[in-house]
Amino acid sequence: MNKLIYLISGIVFGLGLSLSGMIDPEKVISFLSIGTPVWNPALAFVLGSAVPVYFIFFMILRKKKHTLNGTVFNSPPIRKINKRLVVGSVIFGIGWGISGICPGPALTHLAFIDIPFVVFIATMILGFEIEKRIQT
Amino acid sequence: MTYLNEIIGGGLIGLASALPLIWEGRIAGVSGYAAGALRPNNANNTHSLIFIIGLVLGGLIWKLNQGALPPISTQTSLWVWGLSGLLVGFGSRLGGGCTSGHGVCGLGRASPRSLASVILFMGAAMITVFVRRSF
Repeated sequence: MNKLIYLISGIVFGLGLSLSGMIDPEKVISFLSIGTPVWNPALAFVLGSAVPVYFIFFMILRKKKHTLNGTVFNSPPIRKINKRLVVGSVIFGIGWGISGICPGPALTHLAFIDIPFVVFIATMILGFEIEKRIQT
Repeated sequence: MTYLNEIIGGGLIGLASALPLIWEGRIAGVSGYAAGALRPNNANNTHSLIFIIGLVLGGLIWKLNQGALPPISTQTSLWVWGLSGLLVGFGSRLGGGCTSGHGVCGLGRASPRSLASVILFMGAAMITVFVRRSF
């Protein structure tokens, strides 16, 4: 059952990214081109729709205090905004702005076997590993 | 209605993100799953790998049903794609999340940390696009 939950979650996530246009780098770039004539606000609707849906489920869970598999749910502790978060987010943003691609759309695109996406995923994994080395 | 695909697609993303949350209280975004999937040596990481397989399958299902692929900007060289991936991989782990982890799950539970992250990465991405357009 656990495995099925994650498989369904992944498939629905991939379909959502595809339908919403997040897997199209040009559309992402046009959303990021705020203040220019080519600006397209479309992707704001994606986040604007995903966040409230998640929020509703989060609030229900917090009220019920139990997850569907029966464990007690504790809200994660509120952590401070630290240097790691700030530096990491800025570096991530620069990377995202360069190509218009972030991890979800890149992996959803893997089945299409487009060379730019394969290169992106390979160096993204390299980035994961470098960060892991630095932390340890 | 305009932006209907974006709204329905976003809803599916929110639903997919909330599924592991309501099932077992797990809060995770794609970069977290992707990093975990590389080492499927415990239950959590095995689930991460299954999520990633599902994500690829979702893309495949879309491709088979749509036929046409979304256009890809070919003006960008592979070196630039490689650099982008490196920064995205490193930055998302250092910052503890990406567009889905901080964007959907973080904002979706009103986390101040995630709000700061989203403002920072969107700002940085918009400035990067502006700079790239200026050359």
